[in-house]
Amino acid sequence: MLRTASVALFLFAFWLLLSGHYTVWLVTAGAVVSVALALLGLRFGFVDEEGHPSDRLLAGLRYWPWLAVEIVKSAIGVTRIILDPKLPISPQLFHAKVTARTPVGVATYANSITLTPGTITVAIDREHDRFLVHSLTKAGADDVEAGEMDRRVARFEGRDA
Amino acid sequence: MMDIVPQIVAGAFLFAGAFFLLAGAIGMNRMPDLFTRMHAASVGDTLGVSLMLIGMVVLGGFTLVTVKLLFLLAFLLFMGPVASHALAAAALKAGVKPILAGKQAGGGKAEGHKPRKKSAARAATSGGGKP
Repeated sequence: MLRTASVALFLFAFWLLLSGHYTVWLVTAGAVVSVALALLGLRFGFVDEEGHPSDRLLAGLRYWPWLAVEIVKSAIGVTRIILDPKLPISPQLFHAKVTARTPVGVATYANSITLTPGTITVAIDREHDRFLVHSLTKAGADDVEAGEMDRRVARFEGRDA
Repeated sequence: MMDIVPQIVAGAFLFAGAFFLLAGAIGMNRMPDLFTRMHAASVGDTLGVSLMLIGMVVLGGFTLVTVKLLFLLAFLLFMGPVASHALAAAALKAGVKPILAGKQAGGGKAEGHKPRKKSAARAATSGGGKP
């Protein structure tokens, strides 16, 4: 129930921020539509911890800045390789261990690997808890296998070791 | 005098973003195969676009447009990897063989699960063809 209210609140805030026209009619319409959509979501089952993981927001505020720094670091690394006349690539295809258990955690880890330039999640194997990852360099592959991101995603997921 | 500082900061961000987008484009042309090209493209997709949008936020001043640009940034960062993953998965399933370094080590590992992928795909197509 709390989650449904949260969805309605998020939708209403989204409406207000995108609209910019604050007349009584438009604000009321926004509120009605937000509540109706949240109830519809409850009815069709997309208002759950997978569809609206609002309880992960605080953990995300700790995880995303770290991810942003990682993206900048590896983007600069890949740019160096691109601009190097010798093009020193050593592409790898390997399996990475996944500690995350919830759908939100697994999706976050897979997206984070892909978002970081130099590594792409090619396949997700939930049965063996591993990803098939393609990496531009051996160093990038070693970075993923070292598991720093894996640990941080597990913490983001709410499994404090 | 007061509004020249944001202009310079915005210009720096836009210039840096343009640099990374250009680097991504150059990389797309230099890389040898599909997967390595995707790595090059993701430089522009993430850092290039982010820096461009941050530059626009600084240039636009703090209005509702800023919020819209930040939403745009968030959506791009959430959806970009999904599209990349779908492309890479589809390419591997369609039988695109990635160029791998060190055939004896990395290549052997990849060969180990390559036939499985292929037979699975073949089974799926033959299974679909029979009925």
